[in-house]
Amino acid sequence: MDHRPQAWGRPRDDVYGAYDASYLQNSGPKTVTQSPVVTGTSVIAIKFNEGVVIAADNLASYGSLARFTDVKRLRVFLDSSVVGFGGDVSDMQFLDRHLNELAIDEAYDAAEPTPETPTSPGTLNAANLHKYLQKLMYRRRNDFDPLWNQILVAGLDAASKPFLASVDLRGTAFTSPSLATGFGSALAQPIMRKYAATEEDAARLTREQAVDVVKECMKVLFYRDARSLDKYSIAVVTKAGVELKENEQLERQSWAFAERIKGYGTQTV
Amino acid sequence: MPGFDFSNYNRNAALCARGMSLPKATSTGTTIVGCIFDGGVVIAADTRATSGPIVADKNCEKLHYISPNIWCAGAGTAADTEFTTALISSQLELHSLSTGRKPRVVTCMTLLKQHLFRYQGHIGAYLVVAGVDPTGTHLFTVHAHGSTDKLPYVTMGSGSLAAMSVFETLWKPSMTRDEAVELCSQAIQSGIFNDLGSGSNVDVAIITADKTTLKRNYVKPNERVPKLRSYVFRRGTTAVLNEKIIRKEDLGNYVSVHELSTAAAEEGGDDKMEVDT
Amino acid sequence: MAMFSQNPIMNGPSYSFNDAPRVNGPEGARQHRFDPYTDNGGSTLAIAGADFTIMAGDTRLTSGYSINSRHHPKLFKIGGTTADQKDATIVLSVVGFMADGEALKERLDTICKMYRYRHGKPMSVKACAQRLSTILYQKRFFPYYAYAILGGLDEEGKGAVYSYDPVGSYEREQCRAGGAAASLIMPFLDNQVNFKNQYEPGSGEGHALQEVARRPLTRNEVETLVKDAFDGAVERHIEVGDGLQMMVITSTGIEEILLPLKKD
Repeated sequence: MDHRPQAWGRPRDDVYGAYDASYLQNSGPKTVTQSPVVTGTSVIAIKFNEGVVIAADNLASYGSLARFTDVKRLRVFLDSSVVGFGGDVSDMQFLDRHLNELAIDEAYDAAEPTPETPTSPGTLNAANLHKYLQKLMYRRRNDFDPLWNQILVAGLDAASKPFLASVDLRGTAFTSPSLATGFGSALAQPIMRKYAATEEDAARLTREQAVDVVKECMKVLFYRDARSLDKYSIAVVTKAGVELKENEQLERQSWAFAERIKGYGTQTV
Repeated sequence: MPGFDFSNYNRNAALCARGMSLPKATSTGTTIVGCIFDGGVVIAADTRATSGPIVADKNCEKLHYISPNIWCAGAGTAADTEFTTALISSQLELHSLSTGRKPRVVTCMTLLKQHLFRYQGHIGAYLVVAGVDPTGTHLFTVHAHGSTDKLPYVTMGSGSLAAMSVFETLWKPSMTRDEAVELCSQAIQSGIFNDLGSGSNVDVAIITADKTTLKRNYVKPNERVPKLRSYVFRRGTTAVLNEKIIRKEDLGNYVSVHELSTAAAEEGGDDKMEVDT
Repeated sequence: MAMFSQNPIMNGPSYSFNDAPRVNGPEGARQHRFDPYTDNGGSTLAIAGADFTIMAGDTRLTSGYSINSRHHPKLFKIGGTTADQKDATIVLSVVGFMADGEALKERLDTICKMYRYRHGKPMSVKACAQRLSTILYQKRFFPYYAYAILGGLDEEGKGAVYSYDPVGSYEREQCRAGGAAASLIMPFLDNQVNFKNQYEPGSGEGHALQEVARRPLTRNEVETLVKDAFDGAVERHIEVGDGLQMMVITSTGIEEILLPLKKD
């Protein structure tokens, strides 16, 4: 047996065969993820008078298969912002890890929280975080190695006003009184725009109204999005901090109309 | 063999393969909806027709007549929706005259789906079929490939999701006529404001056992803003490089003109149509 | 049936071409490739006057058939010393792929700021315009997919508009429309700003007709033209609408105006 230090802790060649180092080769083109695999569907969010409500269901799909039914797609950042992820779940987990590192780095520089400012003043707020993620996503698209996500960032800006913005896999960033990713942009956004067409409308919404609108949207999404789930997470971000509930169940669904349907054409029984 | 002429198919495929693009059809990137109420059915549509990102028609009609008691809302390729509904309308009329009965909605739907299935989706007509006949009130959707659906409320076109979000939040069983009209109008407006393929006004048709009411431009939420300036040019602003005037009496020098006697005209249109009784 | 057996997709090509129609890959699998570009729609417009420049853009941000935002500005003040850019003298408008447009804006802004700190004076529009061209051409083989227009006042205080293509070809002009509805707005501008195709009635025959004399437009006239141009574009282009953002650059500073447009 080989007792030289170089061989310590390695599988023995005489038992396991030589190590196949071919995958370590660094010649030839570098390959990167070019399409999403395990995916999350819509994230929806709406501003109200003193904060933002954001929600996403707990499903991670593998194509049309409902693969993981307990995946949390809302992530709290520094107890003051919430990031919601649509799209590839592995890229979401990479970003989650990256944001953890960022949060730890930030915590070292942060001033001690005081009773007046419980959410660590002087650190990254939601607007800063959104800008950071936008730069990160844009850089990745320039490298042709995109993170296959559309992200919503909810929280407060430097003036403690409600902040809500989106960034996608190409680094396109925008903001609006209400936002939705994926299927939600077609189904939920029309509903939310009825309640918050402008910033002024959003500033008149109460927290209860905003939560109700979001819950209604989650229900419509479950009715019509085949890649959705009736279990979801919802978070409310205000000056007081983040209230995140991760195991909500859709309530008051109505499938009554289904009883009256007979067939798809000429059938009557 | 009756039907379409495919003789240019190979030539077109060849041109296409060499990189020539096919002529672009006017599509009604559209929101159309339908909803049953107690005593009848309502269908509604927006009025924007597009060709790519350009608005081809700001106030087109997407509600098509089939028979007095059956109407159709069409999305997809404008020409296909117009010709398919006109064709089936004509077949249904002949069938109705032959049987001496009112046309039925299921008949219309079956003719449509069989016609569309035969052409395997190449006829890009996406339809909402609605009507009231002796068997009751009916509402169907017909897709371009020939599949159909029967539901109490339906939406189609590029704005179908925006419109459906309204139905899924506000629909309830057994509505009154006015409630159904308002709901359909709201659904169309959701499409108009949230879907770029849809726009301009709301058309509504209300079908009941005794009559059909077509409300063209029921809501006009997008009136054109008046221009701030007048763009009338002074007469003579445009350069005229060449001018030639042909008077009516000199027309004979360029084309041959024959006066038609009124008697001859009547003679031509004399054969009466035979009607089965 | 003979008719259908001629169908090239069903039975393989019955004709000879270099490039037969592309069918899906084996087992119907489709290769999904990352496309780094999208078009976010919208339109921009700039007109230079005697002692002012007006820049304008709609505020709709689209992707496909959906509206991402009804209020997303396409006009940016460039080279100010503060975060709110209140002492800026130049305006940049971008349209096309907004992520690229905004990256371009930030590059140019940073460069203008550096120039200001080093030289103790703001960059001239002429210098800034040349620099923007260089920035664009530096990415010749992975271009910023953005149609930029730069507006300001030149050394003599006259309105200046510089327009660009995505890879840096540029030109100083009297007026320019960019983006989705450029082909709708530009002919209108040629006719109303440069009086193209307008002749003095009765001044001659055929080719001897005298063109309508060009005269500098007033600020009020230009603002009216801009609003009318956008109202027209909104009617006929689905990606233009929601809001109109205007910036008027004069020797006293930059004034910003927001007006509503149709939302359908």
